[in-house]
Amino acid sequence: MHKIGSTGFLIFLSIFVSFVIFLYGPIFSIILLSFQGPSGGLTFPLNGFSFYWFGELWRGSGLVDIGASFRRSIGLGIFVMILTVILSVSAGLAFRKKFLGSDLLFYTTIASLIVPSIVLSLGVALEFRLIDSLIITFGEMLEIQSIVENFQTSLGMYTSGFGAQLTWTLPFGLLIMFAIFNRFDKSLEEASRDLGANSYQTFWYVVFPIIAPSIVGIALFGFTLSYDELARSSQVMGATNTLPLDLRGLTTTVTTPIIYALGTVTTSISFLVIGFSLTLVYILRHKKIR
Amino acid sequence: MRKKIRIFQPKLSWLAIPFALIFIAYFVVPLILTLIVSFWDYTEYSIIPDFIFGNYVYIFQGCFSFEDGLCLTFKTYISTFFFCFFTWLITLLLGFSVAYFLAFYVNSLPLQITLFLICTIPFWTSNVIRMVSWIPLLGRNGLVNETLISFGLIQEPMEWLLYSSFSVVLALVHLYTLFMIVPIFNSMLRIDKEVIEAAYDSGANQFQIITNVIIPLCKPGIIIGSIFVITVVMGDFLTIGIMGGQQLASIGKIINTEMNYLQLPGAAANSVILLLITIFIIIVMTKFIDIRKEL
Repeated sequence: MHKIGSTGFLIFLSIFVSFVIFLYGPIFSIILLSFQGPSGGLTFPLNGFSFYWFGELWRGSGLVDIGASFRRSIGLGIFVMILTVILSVSAGLAFRKKFLGSDLLFYTTIASLIVPSIVLSLGVALEFRLIDSLIITFGEMLEIQSIVENFQTSLGMYTSGFGAQLTWTLPFGLLIMFAIFNRFDKSLEEASRDLGANSYQTFWYVVFPIIAPSIVGIALFGFTLSYDELARSSQVMGATNTLPLDLRGLTTTVTTPIIYALGTVTTSISFLVIGFSLTLVYILRHKKIR
Repeated sequence: MRKKIRIFQPKLSWLAIPFALIFIAYFVVPLILTLIVSFWDYTEYSIIPDFIFGNYVYIFQGCFSFEDGLCLTFKTYISTFFFCFFTWLITLLLGFSVAYFLAFYVNSLPLQITLFLICTIPFWTSNVIRMVSWIPLLGRNGLVNETLISFGLIQEPMEWLLYSSFSVVLALVHLYTLFMIVPIFNSMLRIDKEVIEAAYDSGANQFQIITNVIIPLCKPGIIIGSIFVITVVMGDFLTIGIMGGQQLASIGKIINTEMNYLQLPGAAANSVILLLITIFIIIVMTKFIDIRKEL
């Protein structure tokens, strides 16, 4: 049963290989096409080889200010990543023991993962629009000049945007914490306490090194899912746009390989972050075993 | 008498408070507000607190007379269910096969982890770019059409490859098969290899082992994966929008359009209905399992 080289093996191996080609084929085709010459189009065959479209992208010709939205997305990604790590790890520690409402919180978290993103985006947008009307009414009642004249909206990346993204990144963070603590050997902590460590020392010198690779994993989810998030972000970023929001706009307007160049750049950044995180996880794990 | 070992464990439940606050502020309250606002009235410029059923009545206008065929709402839901069903079926078959290969044919743990990561990495990259990347392959002058023409298999390029229901389902499968692979793979890793050996020794062939041993034992994984895929497709508006060339209908797209025109109470009413249907699907599916035991 399940022998390497059997007919069954060959069938499932070919399904697996086809799946991997299906998964990566398209993205490599746009990476190839982004290196075309100036006369290149949206489809094969390749028209020459150059960095022309990357140059165009750099100059920002014919595009909205991609550079700015790119920087905004990186900034927001880092912010969401830090919050995802801190909140998930602390909640993960709390969840090791039952507490009042722990089941309710757990199911809320799972529900947040599977609620349709458009519904969540609408809800958060509504919430902040209602806050807006409250602020405006308040400003008019008390005749506060700065509110009456200048107030636009409370919707923004760091008011409503990051929260909508956290409802997507935090469930992954908590599930990773559950996975690690379900397999956690509690006798290590008892040993540490028997040797006289207090609870902070036990956490930093015993628990933390063991869960460190998982924390890197949570950070990876936090950053990449925020950096590329679109569905939940679509209505809650206020006047500013993140990179995925601009990208969606470009899919209907841009007809040159410049969009492939942009795809190559943003995918490379994702690959760099993933590669760095996975290497870090690998190093941390092997340090632990040694 | 055995001395009771005193385990010093400080009460850490307060550490969950910030986490809980985020979900109250950005999940629970927004959903409650959505429910409330779905009963409000609105004009072109503003939304007005009220308690009316007009938004719901409007959604189901003409839906129960069947004089002019199906109403828009029913048509849209049928279209959404169509995408759900095909995406679910294909991701299930594909995800199961991939998980099966990884769990039972790959015996070395480092290789298993590496291959699993290869399946996971695209999940951490941009969905929009993953959709755009089908254009050079499926377009009118794309690789698929050009190749088939050069082999003489077709004379005219096939128009239905891109901006069609086909490309929508293809992209959904491309994006979300991972949601099936992970929970099914997780269930498969828990299967005791000796159970399979026993079935094999009793004379079961591979097909019988899959249908009679592995599938029943993977049921929780299959259900969790199915919930993920079905709920994500039910609310989808981006994939159906971009890969359907903005021509195909889905309930998520209706909500999105209403929001862009600031018809917020209408969008809220549609959201409430979508949410109820999604909850109903999940309740039916979770009748079979306890999610918490699966982690």
